[in-house]
Amino acid sequence: MNILVCVKQVPDTTEIKIDPVTNTLIRAGVPSIVNPFDGYALEVAVRLKEAVGGKVTVMSMGPEQAKAALKECLSVGADQAYLISDRAFGGSDTLATSYVLSVALKAVEEKERAPFDLIFCGKQAIDGDTGQVGPELAEHLGYAQITYASDVIMEDGMLQVKRESDEGYDYITAELPAVITIVKTPFEPRYATIRSKMAANKAVIPTLTAADMPIDTSRCGLKGSPTKVKKTYTPVREKHGIKIEGKPADEAARELVGLLSDAKIM
Amino acid sequence: MVNYRHATEEQKELAMGARKILEKELLPKIAEYEEADGGLGQYPLDVHYKLAEAGYYAMNIPEEWGGLGFDIVTEGVIAEEMAKIDAGFTMGFHNCGSYFHFILDTKMSDEEKAKWAQRFLSGDARGSFCVTEAGAGSDAAAMRTTAVKDGDEWVINGTKCFISMAPVSNFFVVAAWTDKTKKVSEGVTFFLVEKERGVKIGKKENKMGLHLNETAEVIFEDVRVPADHVIGEEGKGFIISMQEISMEGRTLGATFALGIAQAALDYAIEYAKTRRQFGKRIIDQQGIGFKLADMQARTEACRSMIFEGLTCLRDGIPIGYLPNMIKMYTSDCTMQTTMDAVQVYGGYGYMKDYPVERLMRNAKIFQIFSGTNEIQHKNIMKAMAGRDPERK
Ligand SMILES: Cc1cc2nc3c(=O)[nH]c(=O)nc-3n(C[C@H](O)[C@H](O)[C@H](O)COP(=O)(O)OP(=O)(O)OC[C@H]3O[C@@H](n4cnc5c(N)ncnc54)[C@H](O)[C@@H]3O)c2cc1C
Ligand SMILES: Cc1cc2nc3c(=O)[nH]c(=O)nc-3n(C[C@H](O)[C@H](O)[C@H](O)COP(=O)(O)OP(=O)(O)OC[C@H]3O[C@@H](n4cnc5c(N)ncnc54)[C@H](O)[C@@H]3O)c2cc1C
Repeated sequence: MNILVCVKQVPDTTEIKIDPVTNTLIRAGVPSIVNPFDGYALEVAVRLKEAVGGKVTVMSMGPEQAKAALKECLSVGADQAYLISDRAFGGSDTLATSYVLSVALKAVEEKERAPFDLIFCGKQAIDGDTGQVGPELAEHLGYAQITYASDVIMEDGMLQVKRESDEGYDYITAELPAVITIVKTPFEPRYATIRSKMAANKAVIPTLTAADMPIDTSRCGLKGSPTKVKKTYTPVREKHGIKIEGKPADEAARELVGLLSDAKIM
Repeated sequence: MVNYRHATEEQKELAMGARKILEKELLPKIAEYEEADGGLGQYPLDVHYKLAEAGYYAMNIPEEWGGLGFDIVTEGVIAEEMAKIDAGFTMGFHNCGSYFHFILDTKMSDEEKAKWAQRFLSGDARGSFCVTEAGAGSDAAAMRTTAVKDGDEWVINGTKCFISMAPVSNFFVVAAWTDKTKKVSEGVTFFLVEKERGVKIGKKENKMGLHLNETAEVIFEDVRVPADHVIGEEGKGFIISMQEISMEGRTLGATFALGIAQAALDYAIEYAKTRRQFGKRIIDQQGIGFKLADMQARTEACRSMIFEGLTCLRDGIPIGYLPNMIKMYTSDCTMQTTMDAVQVYGGYGYMKDYPVERLMRNAKIFQIFSGTNEIQHKNIMKAMAGRDPERK
């Protein structure tokens, strides 16, 4: 199976602090990491490859530094990587990004002379948190999409996908090709080994620019992005919620049930 | 963050890779392992295998034997980073896997040696180095363990004490008298002894610190090993082995202490920047700020010295007694720095809930084992003084 995983390099938000004076994020010195959900997606892809055979390609749109993220992916199971980079792509919102990725995907297929059977994305990137790129990519491609999956296996030529929902899990089958977005998996992504790290450091990662693909640049970057950010601010922390304190457990539970049913939640 | 500035990008990356595994697999469970086995502590074998799988065990095994063949500087960069999380674990993990060169020094067949290499690389081969006995600490020559030739075999008898990692090890590198009529440099031989040849593990020690590195007595009662298990030449092993251990072992061993010192410094700075008394951060009180400056200067000095030593060892540049100075100076500095870190934390530093308490307990042993600091002084002093020409 020929699998593509789309990954994004993001600032490690667990390391981000907020400037108490200006109320903005302090990004200086914050390390960049592979978006954790993309890491889970890669692990699912690699497990699938190990089970049924094939190849895993990772692709990232971003500046030159994003190669570090691609190298990390190569050290934990990806077989090859492509960087999609062009000044024309800078400032893309989710619509423009998913458009660029969809065209780049076709360009990679052409170069490799092999279509992708399955495309994975993380459910969302931890910096923007929109969760839109995966579904939009599926739309651009006209493929089936399954979001919020926590595990994917192949059985009798059909995809079997475990999808997380508020009620529990949905088990979904689908035909290839398809786009799947991945949540935190029940298993941890593998660690890189010394040898895989050293091999990844030596790997050559090709860069595809706008000139390498038949792309409509008016649909890329700021120009191609209908989303306009008007203002960013740190939300004021409000104290919501009620704490039932200092009461024995059974009494507290009864009070809680009362409150919930008053609010028509129960 | 890797603090050694000359480290290559790859060395830094590999060190951070090991650290990442330890942060996830070990850090949250250190207190648990410290208190395990009725408070004696326990070496976490699960973490051992996680790291071994990622290739961090026995990294010095030469490439022709299937290993990575890493040099001692690379090992040092990685060891310091790991020791910041826990020096006891790091020392156990490193030392247990560092003895393949002893295997190469035996007379076993290449086929046997290749099997050993594989056992190391999988994390399965774990060794302890056994010299000390109850009556023979600093004065190793006072040891009583003997090995007597019987046909094609050697029969070993004796009891070693304070042996690091003995409860976890499955082979032992053992010093024994093979000719008591000679002096130590000619009468003592080192042997490779697999546990299944009848080695018994005695009492596990109840230590002040280094709880993740189990220490115990090792007992040899008529344990037989084949003649090809002699390490180096009969009667000459002692000098060769002790030299190698004292040069590479002491210099690399200092990175474990360095990791403790750097961790203590990092924690202390962070704490001093957040703790407020008298209306300001305690780091802005000169009494604390100056102390932190000294801690940092000492730690940087140790690192410079250690990596100078490691670089020379890697490049084959003779360094005389520098390893003795490195061992002694780094351990003294680390002890002082961890005590200072506890002081910076005030009453909280004395509590097990905060990390510096463990760092201080772990630091102490580095002034004692691998040759006490007094013995290092003695050796440096003797080398410096040379022979008195007027003394007959
Ligand atoms: C946790 C731990 C792990 C260890 N791991 C190992 C191991 O894996 N393998 C191994 O073989 N050994 C190991 N040892 C033993 C260690 O190397 C010895 O404890 C050390 O060499 C000191 O010997 P000793 O304890 O008998 O002290 P002693 O030799 O009795 O020394 C007591 C004091 O006298 C001082 N002293 C002794 N002689 C002189 C002198 N000539 N001049 C000035 N001062 C002197 C010493 O410096 C020390 O302060 C370990 C010990 C510990 C505590
Ligand atoms: C085992 C134990 C028993 C105790 N028993 C009692 C008890 O019975 N009753 C009781 O009331 N308290 C008790 N204490 C509390 C003890 O007195 C305090 O821990 C101590 O006063 C230090 O306060 P702190 O821990 O808040 O440290 P901090 O005041 O936060 O000090 C942290 C560090 O900053 C330094 N520092 C602070 N201000 C300055 C300054 N202006 N200039 C220079 N350096 C400064 C301190 O010297 C210290 O090194 C106990 C503590 C322990 C650990």
